[in-house]
Amino acid sequence: MTSRLRLVIAAVLTIVLLGGATVYGIIAFSGYQARLDAPSQVDTTTAPAVDTGSRIVFRNTATGAGYGLESSVPLSDPKGTRAIGTVACDRIYSTAKYSMCLRIDRGVLTTFSATLYDAKWQAKKAWALPGIPSRTRISADSKLVAFTSFVTGESYGTVGFATATQISSTDGTDYGNLEAFALMIDGQRNTAADRNFWGVTFSTDDNVFYATASTGGRTWLVKGDLAARTLTTVTQTAECPSLSPDGTRVAYKKNVSTSTTAYWSIAVLDLATGVEKLLPEKRSVDDQVDWLDDSTLLYGMPRIDSPGDSDIWSIPFAGTAAGSRFIQHAWSPSVVRE
Amino acid sequence: MYISLNERGDAEQPSEATAQVKRRVSSVVITLGIVSMLTDVSSESVAAILPLYITSAMGLSTIAYGFIDGLYQGVSAVVRIGGGWASDRADQPKWIAFFGYGISALAKVWLLFAGGFAMIIAVVTVDRLGKGVRTAPRDALITASSDPSNLGRSFGVHRMLDTIGAAVGPLLAFVILYFIPTGYTTVFVVSLAFAIVGVILLGLLVPNRRPRSERAAASSEPRRPFRWRNLNDPRLRRLMLAAGVLGLLTVGDGFIYLVLQARGSFAAQWFPLLYVGTNVAFFVFAVPLGRLADRFGRVRIFVIGHGALLSAYALTALPVGGATITILCMVLLGFFYAATDGVLAALAAQFSPPGNTASGIAATQTVVAVARLIASTGFGVLWFAIGRVDAMLIVAAVLALAIPAVVVILRPLLTVAKTA
Repeated sequence: MTSRLRLVIAAVLTIVLLGGATVYGIIAFSGYQARLDAPSQVDTTTAPAVDTGSRIVFRNTATGAGYGLESSVPLSDPKGTRAIGTVACDRIYSTAKYSMCLRIDRGVLTTFSATLYDAKWQAKKAWALPGIPSRTRISADSKLVAFTSFVTGESYGTVGFATATQISSTDGTDYGNLEAFALMIDGQRNTAADRNFWGVTFSTDDNVFYATASTGGRTWLVKGDLAARTLTTVTQTAECPSLSPDGTRVAYKKNVSTSTTAYWSIAVLDLATGVEKLLPEKRSVDDQVDWLDDSTLLYGMPRIDSPGDSDIWSIPFAGTAAGSRFIQHAWSPSVVRE
Repeated sequence: MYISLNERGDAEQPSEATAQVKRRVSSVVITLGIVSMLTDVSSESVAAILPLYITSAMGLSTIAYGFIDGLYQGVSAVVRIGGGWASDRADQPKWIAFFGYGISALAKVWLLFAGGFAMIIAVVTVDRLGKGVRTAPRDALITASSDPSNLGRSFGVHRMLDTIGAAVGPLLAFVILYFIPTGYTTVFVVSLAFAIVGVILLGLLVPNRRPRSERAAASSEPRRPFRWRNLNDPRLRRLMLAAGVLGLLTVGDGFIYLVLQARGSFAAQWFPLLYVGTNVAFFVFAVPLGRLADRFGRVRIFVIGHGALLSAYALTALPVGGATITILCMVLLGFFYAATDGVLAALAAQFSPPGNTASGIAATQTVVAVARLIASTGFGVLWFAIGRVDAMLIVAAVLALAIPAVVVILRPLLTVAKTA
């Protein structure tokens, strides 16, 4: 081959390949637009300006119009028509007064944020996050919020696993990053620099909360005291706790894997007796579960065959039955009782 | 002068006719730079969105990359040496590099069909193994295609193009996700296209060089067989020692960013962008510093680059914060990479015996990679033990002592490098 011929072949192949990729991108984009404009695969209605009534709020992951938006169904009819809101969230948690919305702000420079909305969906306060959103909770009386994100850059700078968890009050007081709290592991003060905290759940007294602490590859359920700024271990190998509405039990995901790849079961700890029970969910659950009521848990499970879609499942905490699909095409549930 | 300038002595006295040509960087170097740029667009676009893909699309929480990264670094060091050895041994740098680029491109095909976390990690690992294989033979090709007196500049041009790719890749990926929020497959397809184009350009447009045969033909000496002990050159040994000592004091950028972040010296939202900033500074400085290295001595620029690293450490340890400090840190880190990455390859090539360029470069880069791995692990331990700022101060202090020591080690090379 002459060098001229090589150049021509290289140019043609470059154009074909990059052109082909561009065409693929355009088709994917128009396909995405078509899906966006298409009616949702589930029954939907436009949410009223102010949500009312006892309901389950979640992120809608049904293909079609309203994908990724905050949505809700009546608590009395979870399989019924869902009301689609206007705010896009990757992780959401609502109470009667507020909603916390963690978001990936996509763009050439992708950033991450947490926004507190009031009942009319007006932004009240916003925080920048240092990485991909993970968990968020609001206390039942709507006075405290907590949110966790990963500390990630673009992956070529990722320094292992790090999380940042902050607690604030909805009226503006910041309690700061949990790393600044005193961590007591089995009665000993721990100051290791690889401490990480995530997944807060609040009790009803606006002071006590539960969260996950980790250091040296181990995790603990910790009981936090906001006034004293302390975190005290309760039990080992527990992540993303969720306190039952009556305050007697904590449900969490428990790593039952014996290899380096985590495999999480759902466990429920009775706070009075200290008895821990594993629930009969065979799949690995990577979510912060929520309580539908004092006897049933809700959790999200991604759909393996359809990236970006998931379902909310329910399981009785008593361990009497396996999980079942509760709301299809949905993620990040919270139960609002009014 | 007690050492001959360079064993490729005749190239040192340019004739009038070649003087003009020498000002320009060889088109082969530019093509290799473009190949690297395309490949980096391909790899970094995928790397940038993987955490999002794993969390958003697959619904998993990100699992520590740290341990995988360590594993890959260790394997990569071995593979890199192997790539350099194979290149010199077969006297076929182009085709060994082609093999490295090729398996990275194949990994991208696999990515389209990979499901599950373990598969994705396997794909990323194969991609990086390809990177390990190709680096040294490619740098040997750059050396063979450049005028020795312009080597710093050639590497500067190559690293500039390479880093542009590394900066553009994530941006391209995020633009795709901006228009198609669920468009991970589109990112993978685009990444694959870039990877294949890179391989095609390398295969079709880059002429192979056979450094050992060419030398044998030119000097009518018999072609010398490849031997590891050829690398036992006192100057190369000094260079590796110096680079190793400095590598032991080079902690990962991620730690510097985390110290800045912990200090609260910038809003959390900027954290994901620090890597982009450092890359921009790297490609801006790469060519000017490569040229300066050719003019004022590569050893000098290499040492000065570590001075910039020292300044970055010192800045993070300052009790004051703010956007200015953060930006200065990014600029200093970019300067550090621009002054050390290509320049080290140029120095290693300069002090490697003819026909051993790829293995000489591979050995030097491996020394640095292993030293940095030890540095990051050690720094992690120090960080846990005494806290981030104190750990940073200690490393800065030791680096401040090590730089003059390295100057002493490298002094014999200084004269050579300046004249060469």
